[in-house]
Amino acid sequence: MEWRDQGLVLSARKHGETAAIVSLLTPRQGRHLGLVRGGQSRRRQGLLQPGNLVDAVWRARLEEHLGSFTLEAIHGFSAGVLDDPLRLKGLTAALALLDAGLAEREAHEGIFHETLGLLRALEAAPGAGAEDGTRGWIAAHVRWELKLLDCLGFGLDLSACAATGTTEELVYVSPRSGRAVSRDAGAPYREKLLALPGFLIDPGAAPSRIDIAAGLALTGYFLQGHHFAGTGRAMPAARNRFIDALGK
Amino acid sequence: MSSPEIERLIGLLAKLPGLGPRSARRAALYLLKRRESVMTPLARVLNDTADAVGICGTCGNLDANDPCGICADPQRLGSQICVVEGVADLWALERAGAFAGRYHVIGGVLSALDGVGPEDLNMTGLAARANEPEVEEIILALSATVDGQTTAHYITERLDGADVSITRLAHGVPVGGELDYLDDGTIAVALKARRPV
Repeated sequence: MEWRDQGLVLSARKHGETAAIVSLLTPRQGRHLGLVRGGQSRRRQGLLQPGNLVDAVWRARLEEHLGSFTLEAIHGFSAGVLDDPLRLKGLTAALALLDAGLAEREAHEGIFHETLGLLRALEAAPGAGAEDGTRGWIAAHVRWELKLLDCLGFGLDLSACAATGTTEELVYVSPRSGRAVSRDAGAPYREKLLALPGFLIDPGAAPSRIDIAAGLALTGYFLQGHHFAGTGRAMPAARNRFIDALGK
Repeated sequence: MSSPEIERLIGLLAKLPGLGPRSARRAALYLLKRRESVMTPLARVLNDTADAVGICGTCGNLDANDPCGICADPQRLGSQICVVEGVADLWALERAGAFAGRYHVIGGVLSALDGVGPEDLNMTGLAARANEPEVEEIILALSATVDGQTTAHYITERLDGADVSITRLAHGVPVGGELDYLDDGTIAVALKARRPV
């Protein structure tokens, strides 16, 4: 068995004294594990940093085997964000969600390209200290979490009000159905509904800090309650650390 | 085949880094053939070292004394503390002979994958040392990896209130390195950290 694809390094775990088991997100093979011989060597450690884009060849005798990867660097996204604590936390949060959330060997071409887009936005964003410039990539991160939910089978329907069908003044999301609810229809139940920040339905809207927090609370609710709780796993600590850092 | 004692020796040697069952067997045979010249002195040294060496209560270094030789040395600069991941990194810096200050070994890096959190690292001691009046600079000598730099940022946040300057080692082209052989990430970081000549 053999395939060749691009892959984003999600994680690399030591295996034995010299090898590493690497988790890649590829467009055609989905999240795929494989052994990298010499993966703990100084030469290879740089290549296996989470967030690096690599050209991957996977070989195994049988399809169900772990198999081994031969990897070659295409682009190192992690190097560009190492100096900025917030962007580094954003990168690790996104990769940890993918690594913990996606099932193995299920193709998710869409989320691969969305993640690539997010990493490009992270890399291009102004560094630490550029207060106003940082919200663009954080908003992109929240939108990316919505895409991830979609990919996991829990996509939210934010196109129209679940109760009235209107597309105006959508400000809530039903925690049960994951559908948008308008201000008027949701008013009697607003204590139980989740806030829907405007930038998630209007790509041109500039989000405030409160909008970002509401967006992450919304995606977090469905990621935790509908996905991670069902798999018996906790939300990755890296995402919690990212949210804590945003709150500071 | 062999006696239980020899098998036990082979089993223990095979746990050492770089040795597998075959090489452990060879090492055991080598030791048994040189009982007086190698095996007995080695056993004695292992025993003495295990008895004497411990972790320095101040910096986390391995030494026969507490505080360790570096912490107790009055010639070392008390104003600088270099934070390293492990004792191997401390030894590497000592080999280079370029640092005259003191160290703090945190004993690892934060890693979500391996479940290593701040409570697993020697952080409390570092915060206390950073608040000592003679300390002026904390140098973060951690790996240029995602986990290493996440730890560096965490330490920076943790020491926010301390009256010290926090610096880190430079990232970029290694001495003797050729640009052609460097990965694009290293080149990008080196370009970003360029300085006038």
